[in-house]
Amino acid sequence: MSDPVPLKTDDSGQVASATPPARGRSRLSDRGLAVVFTSPALLLLLGMSVFPLLWTLYLSFTDYSATRGGPAEFIGFGNYTAILTSPQVHQRTLTTLIFVVGAVALQTVLGFTIAYLISRRTRGRGLLTTLFLVPMMLSPVVVGLFWRFMLDAQFGVINSMLGSLGLGQVEWLTRQRTALLSLIVVDTWQWTPFIMLIALAGLTAVPKYLYEAASIDRASEWFRFRTITLPLVWPLLLIAVLFRAIEAFRQFDLVYILTSGGPGVSTETLSFHVYKVAFLGFNTGTASAYGILMVLVVIVLTQFYLRYLNKLKED
Amino acid sequence: MAISVDEAVSTGPVRDHTPPTRRLGGRGRSVLEVALLTVLAVVMLFPVLWMIETSIKENRDVYAVPAKFFGFTVTMDHFKDVFVSGGGRSGLSVSFLNSVVVAGVSTALATVLGVPAAWAYSRFAMKAKKDQLFFILSTRFMPPVVVVIPIFLMYRQVGLIDTQLGLILIYTAFNVPFTIWMMKGFVDEVPAEYEDAAMLDGYTRLQAFRRFTLPLLVPGIAATAVFALIFSWNEFVFAIFLTSSDDVRTAPPAIAGLIGGTTVDWGLVAAASVVFALPVLVFAYLVRKHLIAGVTLGAVRR
Repeated sequence: MSDPVPLKTDDSGQVASATPPARGRSRLSDRGLAVVFTSPALLLLLGMSVFPLLWTLYLSFTDYSATRGGPAEFIGFGNYTAILTSPQVHQRTLTTLIFVVGAVALQTVLGFTIAYLISRRTRGRGLLTTLFLVPMMLSPVVVGLFWRFMLDAQFGVINSMLGSLGLGQVEWLTRQRTALLSLIVVDTWQWTPFIMLIALAGLTAVPKYLYEAASIDRASEWFRFRTITLPLVWPLLLIAVLFRAIEAFRQFDLVYILTSGGPGVSTETLSFHVYKVAFLGFNTGTASAYGILMVLVVIVLTQFYLRYLNKLKED
Repeated sequence: MAISVDEAVSTGPVRDHTPPTRRLGGRGRSVLEVALLTVLAVVMLFPVLWMIETSIKENRDVYAVPAKFFGFTVTMDHFKDVFVSGGGRSGLSVSFLNSVVVAGVSTALATVLGVPAAWAYSRFAMKAKKDQLFFILSTRFMPPVVVVIPIFLMYRQVGLIDTQLGLILIYTAFNVPFTIWMMKGFVDEVPAEYEDAAMLDGYTRLQAFRRFTLPLLVPGIAATAVFALIFSWNEFVFAIFLTSSDDVRTAPPAIAGLIGGTTVDWGLVAAASVVFALPVLVFAYLVRKHLIAGVTLGAVRR
């Protein structure tokens, strides 16, 4: 999708509009029209996104607390040094990293596999795609709650199935290791369809003649996959992966509902820790600095995402 | 005309007719692939089926160990409990109504603000247009838990905490970037020449937009609005932090609130989840052609 040829902003249109239907209307120039049409949206974003962010930036240099009230004392980079040197935060960073890398990697492999398998079917592709997409459209609340029930140690269906297979029971959400694993599995379950959807779009766009040429050359299946399929799908897949990485980094809902960070702090991701600092500890200043640092990470990731997006569009 | 706009974008995989690669590995391989696909489909769909099953089971079957897959007594009691409790309307049904209002109004607002902006971004030369568009999209990527901290303080100052207006405002701000990006794609597909031609006939630019371009955009606007509706409907973080009372709360925090007590009525949770998810699935099915653009916030179009 390339940008349309930008229309000239001269007033040729206005000259022509001297004829009947134009009368009475306010004659805005194109430039004026552009301002009138875009500024309400931009103002809303300034008010609801930029201003809050700037306020957070200001608070991050103070010791403000939302409950204590009183004037905020300026403490410079105190909050930032406290966060960056805190072993607690380091641990959460590691947890988040494991979660993001684990979930996104699993989703990518599974999603791509499903897409590849579907793309090789001749019949029933529409139905299959639709069925596979269901988890993605569900609210994280529904997904989290329902998996919590399924993973329940006592009457959860997963343990029940394990039991009938003669395997032992697993306390999915109440053991340190398995809790984080469960979180990864549930996020993977919900978002594999996302990767699948985008990978499928890439796969179906690969021109058929490339495969035909390759099969004339008696190229092996693996060779064709490696030299034709993957290079052509990769740019789009990369965008999907980055998108998922940003989302997984921001993930809060699932952690909140599935484990609430527990047991102990084993599933506390950075998002969840910020929430605890801000809304349970009421250290608003510290939480703001924390938030700003997270926003910086998101901005870096978003930059990558936008760069690849731009590249894809130019091709 | 409207249809042609619609079709131009319809490259969702659902309708794609690109033939898959021919079978070279022979029959055995094909069977293996079908088997693998079936297993994956079962794994992906099982939780959804289990949820539906739980919602129509009697309580003693819900908690049966080992789990009962078949042969349970079917009951609609849980669905009844979602809507009525003790003769009157249940708390959950109030929250569903709140969700409809909040999602509906915020979607309408985002559409009213976003569509004209998308048109302007598509048609006019502007200073640093690309930067503006990227800035708009990046606001949507901010972590909600971080954004909610200053929003919470802001709302506390102006008395918007625990009001529907507060939620509507934040959801609108959250949907406007999406609407602009998604709609810009649709506007780009309508040739600017239509407007040029109309202007040669004596219409102003605004009239040309209203009379010629806007009607062509209706399918795109509908698809975009449906996605915005789904996003607001499913949203949880802002809802849980910015509202608390039962008559303001939307459905996601209300459903999450069902597991707060010592015992959890999983049948009710399942029934509420089904009622909550059903409209989303229906709507998502309606806009399946635009799903890729929709879920990537309008950024990827194929």
